Formats: sequence, C-alpha cells, structure tokens
Amino acid sequence: MGKFSVFSKGLLKENPVLKLVLGTCPTLAVTTLAFNGIGMGLAATFVLICSNMLISALRKVIPNQVRIPAFITVIAAFVTIVQMLVKVLLPALDEALGVFLPLITVNCIILGRAEMFASKNPVLDSALDGLGMGLGFTLALTVMASVREILGAGTLTLLPGVTFQIIPQSVDPFGIMITPPGGFFIFGVTMALVIYLEGRKGRKIKLEASCSSCPAAAGCPGACEGCDGKGGE
Amino acid sequence: MSLGVKLAMIFLTMVFVDNYVLVQFLGICPFLGVSKKLNSAVGMSVAVIFVMVLATAVTFPLYVYLLEPNGLAYLNTIAFILIIATLVQLVETVLKKFIPSLYKALGVYLPLITTNCAILGVTLLNIDNITENGYGFLESVVCAAGAGVGFMLAMVLFAGVRQRLEEANPPKPFEGLPITLVSASMVSLSFMSFGGIIEAIFNG
Repeated sequence: MGKFSVFSKGLLKENPVLKLVLGTCPTLAVTTLAFNGIGMGLAATFVLICSNMLISALRKVIPNQVRIPAFITVIAAFVTIVQMLVKVLLPALDEALGVFLPLITVNCIILGRAEMFASKNPVLDSALDGLGMGLGFTLALTVMASVREILGAGTLTLLPGVTFQIIPQSVDPFGIMITPPGGFFIFGVTMALVIYLEGRKGRKIKLEASCSSCPAAAGCPGACEGCDGKGGE
Repeated sequence: MSLGVKLAMIFLTMVFVDNYVLVQFLGICPFLGVSKKLNSAVGMSVAVIFVMVLATAVTFPLYVYLLEPNGLAYLNTIAFILIIATLVQLVETVLKKFIPSLYKALGVYLPLITTNCAILGVTLLNIDNITENGYGFLESVVCAAGAGVGFMLAMVLFAGVRQRLEEANPPKPFEGLPITLVSASMVSLSFMSFGGIIEAIFNG
C-alpha cells in the first residue's frame, strides 16, 4: 500500500463515521454548530496522530496481554494535553464540547486505530493513518454539523464570531434539527445517503454498529447479536 | 428542600429529562449494538448500572480527597479511566469466583463497559456537579444510579421498537442502521416532552 493511500483511505473509502460507524456519540452530540464539529474533529485528529505515533513506536515493547490498558493510558495522556490547550486557546469551544472533550479518551476511533493499525505498522504509516482517519472524522462531523446548523438555526458558524446567515431571518428555522432527535434523524439520513450513493456505483454496503472494528472486540466474548466473539461479524 | 426530595429529584431528572442515551448522547454504541433482543438489552443495562454506581463511589472520594487538595485535578481523565478499567477487571474476577450465576448473565457485557463513554461520562459530570450544583457523595451516587436506570429504560424501550422494525419494510437505502437511527430519533422526541416536568412535580 502506497503512503498516499494509507493517508487517503480514512477520508472517504473507510470514513470512520460514515463507513465504519465509529465515534457515534460525539458525532451526534457536538454537531449543533459547524464550528463545534470542526473543533471536535481537529482535537480528535491531534490525539489520533500523537497516540498512533507513540503506540507504533512502543509496539514491540508493550506486552500483548496488557496492550489495551497501555493504549488507553497513552490516549488519556494526550487527551489531557488537548484539554489544557483548548481551555486556554479556545475557551468557547471548551464550553461547547463540555464532557465530550475528555471523552475523546474512549472514542472508539482512536482505540480502534491503535489496535487495528498502529500496533502493527511503523511510525510514519501510523501518523499518516491517524491524519487520514482524523480528517475523515472531521469531514463527517463538519458536514453533519453544517446541515444541522443551517436547517436548525439558519446560520453557518465556521469560526467563533464568523457566522453567515444562510436562510433569511424572516424564515422560521427548523429548530428541531439542533435538538437531540434532530441529531439521530440527520445521522440516519446521512447514512442512508451514503448507502444510496454507493449503491448507484454498483457497490452494496451494509452499515452496522458492528464489532468488526470495535476496540473491545479482542476481549469480547460476543455480547452483540450475530457476533462470534472473535472480533468478526 | 429535604435531602430525600432532593435525591428523588436528581434521580428522576437523570432518568427522564437528562436521559444519557436519548438526550445527552452518551453510550450510543451499546444502545445501537446490544438492543436487538430484550434479554441482552437488560443484561447490558444491569452491568452498566452496577459499574456506574461503583465507579462513581470510587472516583468521587479520590477526586475530592486526593487529586483536588494536591493540585492534581487536571489528571482526572487519566486517573478515572484507569480506575474504571481496573474496577471492571476486578468485578469480573470477583463475580467469576464467587457468584458464577451472575457472572454467566453479565460477564459477556463487562469487557465492553471499560470503553463505554457513559461510564467515564458519569464520573466526569459528577465532578462538574460538585461546583455547579453542590453535589456531595450521596447526590453523586444517586445521580449515577439514575443515569444507569435511564440507560436501561432507553435500552428496554428501544429493544421493543427494534423488534417491530424487523418486520418493517423501509426504502432500500434505509435498511439496517439508518432506519434504526430514524426510529431512535422518534423515541428521543418522546423523551423531549419530559422537559420541566420533574421540577413542576416537586415544586408544585
């Protein structure tokens, strides 16, 4: 696999949110404002690149039996750094993301990439994989957040203070789109759109909240239906 | 307001108004992954309630008496996730050795719980509640129990909805996860109507 495809597969082909169905909690929770989506995505990208690189560098040192706790510790350390940086540099974002900033620690995308990629590949490839997956996550969040904000508030906020009025103020915004039910709805419709577009290209894909890329799959005896407990479907 | 009323209010608010899954979006993975059958939904929820209460009971004193007084409050994320991971492992070992029947029922779900964001979420939110709402140990534990019961309520309700979905015939691209999410949106919509109701009951 070429270096470029290691990077680019995360953007669309294996988009963590829309294809692998990972990181659903932040995808639903923070996408009420376009800027929150961008901020959350970039914070997770930073953690993903750093943790992928460190885990890849330590992959021969970490004993196999305790690798999950070791990965979590590495990830939590980088999340703490991001938390401190965001608090100082972008207090408004810190306020908006709330508990979902520290919860990057248990974001399945990051632990999933550590388990599936970084623990088996060299440092540079892992960094590129982290960058691609992180930007794919950011892309999905930004698209979802833009749609929700435009429909729900009629505006588009790309940076704090930089807000565009997309739908004229005289039109009542479709307020429910920025509430929790709207989040579930837009996510469902976005996924249906992905399946539809793939179907038109002749590819049939089935999206499932699956354990195929779940970080807990290694120690999981098969709690989800249709799972054989071996990390496959 | 007496303590009992306050605790009841916290509990009911967590179950209905601030429901973790449907309103706050914590623990969506198990909500989508383990809600196909009623008995697995209940098993997972019981394990979540158990670990949530236990984790809060351990992390709250740790933060208040160890991290905070020593100026280490910024380490809470890393400390809490390690405690949760250890606790889950400990619970698994203890259940396996002493209560094998319970282990048989809940054991499958325990490994999934370490990386469940609802657990880390409840411990971190309870720390925020100390300064914001003046929560003490008892309030925090009740809040965690409420969050867990709310998780269970959402899982059980949604398991019922999904059984109906099995026989539904949605448009082709919506089959599978998309229609599940759209119906989750409807269930979430019904929970929106609980907003304000708890305050109204207790404050008259």
